[in-house]
Amino acid sequence: MNRILQRFTPLQRALHWLMAICILAMFFIGVGMVSSIAPKYLPLIAIHKSLGGVILILALIRLGVRWRYGAPPLPADLPVPMRLAAELSHYILYTLMIAMPLLGWGMLSAANYPIVLFGTVRLPMILPQSDSLHTELWSAHYYLAFLFFAIVLLHLAAALFHALVRHDGVFEAMAPVPRRDS
Amino acid sequence: MNSPDRPPARIALGPLVLIALVVGAVAAAFAYTAGWLSPQRLTANKVVDAFAPPGGPALGHRRNHVKGICFTGVFEANGAGSSLSEAPMFRAGQYPAIGRFNLATADIKAADATVRVRGMGLQITAPGGQVWRMAMIDSPFFPVSTPQGLYGLVVASGSKDPDAMKTFAGSHPELGHFGAWAQSAPWTGSFAEEPYNSLNSFVFTSSTGAASVVRWSLLPSANPVSIPPDELAKRAPDFLEQEITERIKGGPLRWTLVIHVAEKGDPTSDPSQEWPKNRPAVEVGALTVQAIEPEANGPCRDINYDPTVLPTGMGTSDDPFPAARSSAYRRSYDLRAAEAEYYPATGAEATP
Repeated sequence: MNRILQRFTPLQRALHWLMAICILAMFFIGVGMVSSIAPKYLPLIAIHKSLGGVILILALIRLGVRWRYGAPPLPADLPVPMRLAAELSHYILYTLMIAMPLLGWGMLSAANYPIVLFGTVRLPMILPQSDSLHTELWSAHYYLAFLFFAIVLLHLAAALFHALVRHDGVFEAMAPVPRRDS
Repeated sequence: MNSPDRPPARIALGPLVLIALVVGAVAAAFAYTAGWLSPQRLTANKVVDAFAPPGGPALGHRRNHVKGICFTGVFEANGAGSSLSEAPMFRAGQYPAIGRFNLATADIKAADATVRVRGMGLQITAPGGQVWRMAMIDSPFFPVSTPQGLYGLVVASGSKDPDAMKTFAGSHPELGHFGAWAQSAPWTGSFAEEPYNSLNSFVFTSSTGAASVVRWSLLPSANPVSIPPDELAKRAPDFLEQEITERIKGGPLRWTLVIHVAEKGDPTSDPSQEWPKNRPAVEVGALTVQAIEPEANGPCRDINYDPTVLPTGMGTSDDPFPAARSSAYRRSYDLRAAEAEYYPATGAEATP
């Protein structure tokens, strides 16, 4: 059997799982905070901004690491539609990991809201106050968040499909800890 | 390159069901967090929608305190505030201020004489760029003690049911206190003669780390002249804006900023309850209003006077209102920014 046993580097796997936790948390914090007027609204929005900054930095590091180390090849017997879906969804995921924090930063700048991360780091405004810019960036941030979540769900489903149905080593390539192979 | 031991026809159903369950569970948790499964949750959208007057909101405008006029001026700190908070604008010096006199109504057509509560939005900027935003009103306490209560009040006062207000007042006894104030407090003919109170409490932290729970008031230098409401009713519907625009020509207007410090056991979480009068009151400086500008082109137009936008040395307290206000103000800002075309910046013509 022509199984691919090559794995992502430990640094890539660490970044992947760390970001997975951060990004999943962001979806829940984001959708929870905008529907709340409870006191938790304030800590949620503060965490959302801070975590957004962390994700932006991690995503840029990750992009560099990916450039440097590449990725294990997909199994040669992967059907073409799945291969295309895998490649396209990864381009979208990388784009969104970098674009979403920037859209959020730009949106807050265009509304002239001070942006304070971790209670101390004050970010500069990257755009002038503008109703139209705020509205466009707000819409982009809002709708892309749902697209992002949908693609993460697909990504999760695909990972489990590789792990549980195809047993083709794709899941193991990114698994946090090596799994004993059958 | 299909392996002979893995024919596609023999894909077991079990793993697929498991995958569907995992993905479905994450999606369901997301929907729950978003409130889609709990329509009774009080959201910012619901609160903001409830404020809309019968004819609908004035597009492009704030969803409450909709009538207002901008001012610019200076906050001059005397340095005394530094004992309470390390906020940069409490160090002795002068700091630019942009504010907004406003009326507590969501109806842009309401005549000034019909609106009992008047307010002030204020932003003070420190040299490093830190800002302190606040939104205050002239009543000495708030009508209700919780954000849920405020929503109930707004819904009841907009209700067609003639008993709605009576029912609401019955379950919210604090409203009677406010009603008594509204009935008995004098009316004035000017924004310049009003005090403006934070009502909500906040936590100030000094450079030594000492924390105090505080509320504050801006007390006018102008002498308040009581005018009977039926006298005010004869004036122009926008008489307050006209009056302040004329009045500023005679010289700047002043307020003293006084910080009230709570003691243990004071109702810091309930803005419907005043604190005892003998609490320490620290005069920390004065606001001088130097110029008035119509809102449509004015510098206050684009500021969201979110009371949780605070400098270092200030934070929120156990008062639940600032968080609720921040959430609702954000919603109001998002809406009006998207509707800006309905409120053109050229000229003071407000309604499309």
